[in-house]
Amino acid sequence: MSSLTFQPDPQTRPKSRSRRLPNTSLLTAPSIIALLLWMIVPLAMTVWFSFQRYNLINPALRGFAGFSNYTRLLTDGSLWSSIGVTLILVGSVLAITIGLGTLLAVLFNEEFWGRGFARILAISPFFVMPTVSALIWKNLLMHPVNGLFAFFTRSLGLGSIDWFAQFPLLSVILIVSWEWLPFALLILLTAIQSLDQEQVEAARMDGAKSIATFRFITLPHLSRAIAVVAMIETIFLLTIFAEIFVTTAGGPGQATTNLAYLIYIRALLDFDVGGASAGGLIAVVLANIVAIFLMRLVAKNLET
Amino acid sequence: MATQSNRKFYHKLWLSLLGWAVGLLLFFPVFWMFLTSFKTEVNAVSAVPQLFFQPTLENYITIQERANYFNFAMNSIVISVGSTLLVLLLGVPAAYAMAFFPTRRTKGTLLWMLSTKMLPSVGVLVPIYILFRNSSLLDTRIGLILIYTLINLPIAVWMIYTFFKDVPKEILEAGRMDGAKTRQELFHVLLPLALPGIASTALLCIILAWNEAFWSINLTTTNATPLTAFIASFSSPQGLFWAKLSAASSLAIAPILIFGWMSQRQLVRGLTFGAVK
Repeated sequence: MSSLTFQPDPQTRPKSRSRRLPNTSLLTAPSIIALLLWMIVPLAMTVWFSFQRYNLINPALRGFAGFSNYTRLLTDGSLWSSIGVTLILVGSVLAITIGLGTLLAVLFNEEFWGRGFARILAISPFFVMPTVSALIWKNLLMHPVNGLFAFFTRSLGLGSIDWFAQFPLLSVILIVSWEWLPFALLILLTAIQSLDQEQVEAARMDGAKSIATFRFITLPHLSRAIAVVAMIETIFLLTIFAEIFVTTAGGPGQATTNLAYLIYIRALLDFDVGGASAGGLIAVVLANIVAIFLMRLVAKNLET
Repeated sequence: MATQSNRKFYHKLWLSLLGWAVGLLLFFPVFWMFLTSFKTEVNAVSAVPQLFFQPTLENYITIQERANYFNFAMNSIVISVGSTLLVLLLGVPAAYAMAFFPTRRTKGTLLWMLSTKMLPSVGVLVPIYILFRNSSLLDTRIGLILIYTLINLPIAVWMIYTFFKDVPKEILEAGRMDGAKTRQELFHVLLPLALPGIASTALLCIILAWNEAFWSINLTTTNATPLTAFIASFSSPQGLFWAKLSAASSLAIAPILIFGWMSQRQLVRGLTFGAVK
């Protein structure tokens, strides 16, 4: 076949190009419209409600509330305590999962016997539904009378610890870290595996000890993946709900009430639509701050 | 020479022990729950935890008889599979269009879709609850299917988009040059190549929908309750039925564990929106 005969690129043929254009919009339209509705309608309603006086118990009593929902919320200690709890929760889980995750990623990057199976075991917690995770930890492990931890501490003569009464926030942090450690491990492991082995070999031949190699070669390479993990975890951790719902119901007092749980209480237990909406908007703003940074990173990656 | 290979052996041994310790430690709570599901209730709450005991299947039988477990499992299945099918229906064409016929706006659209995923669910709890209540969607499977479709659509579009982008252009060009019409090209060349990617996207969507525990708890009461909410309803301390709870939980998480193990590599791509390859 002569190399001079070829079909011209369809995209340069004007006829077929104009035939294709309307079709592609039809293909993307349903998704875009669905997501537009999902974005705009509920958010608009939240904003609207946040300026209304509306309580589902007494729906007849309606009226414009101005900023009173916001001022009530901002002067109510509960909001600030819940933000504090949220920040402690997110910060601690981030520290534990990324710190441990990096070390474990380095470990699982090495060859050892049965590595594949050990890895499957290690990533399991991520796939357990959060309500089951919470109940496993609350009943089977941390229960002061019948739990496994109590058995161990009693055997050591230390009595038993009532985890959720004495260390409520720590207990929740433990559960959530257990759930999310595999996530950090998987992603950091994937990132490590893209590390150029030649660099490591060269460093080793130059006499660098493993710790130095880790500090000056592995860690900088991982910095981008660590940033991605941190941002994605933050977005999901800001709205932890199920674990708190199942274990402490926000208590004792407000010790484990994060922003998401506070809004839930206001909305579905107090039926205070106005207040819950105001809180919801604050949560959206917080999430957006993190989202902006994450989007920048993803956008940069889209270029490559 | 001998000490070199000796050292390598011990190095590997040490690594294996460490790696296995980590894996076993992380998996232990799940293992303990599986174990408890085969104990009698009395055994399950005994103050001295038992590693070796007489196993029984009575819990698995009772949870269907007394608590109608199958009903909740069915809800989970219908909702997860239903929302995933809807996600694929909407998302595959969109990803196809954006991957192969990109316009100036494609990148912006993709990023915008992603941003909708970052909306915290609590922020829209109130309006969604009220909307559902007014349109009789509360406590229905359809309601949850709709919500999960909207939640998972961005991730699915993104994942499938990256899989489509991975298809080498040469193969498509070769298909075109053989005189294949667009539709033939689509089915005979593209689909087999993209099918694994679409399958793992579907798996991820099923996993995310199955494990979702915010909307499922707040939008259902009795009829459409999936497994997540069913298990959450046992959160108040009533000691004498941990074995049954473990049985219900084990059944609830087993399929997803298996799905997760199967799709771990693609998960990284999906959950980091392609930012980590």
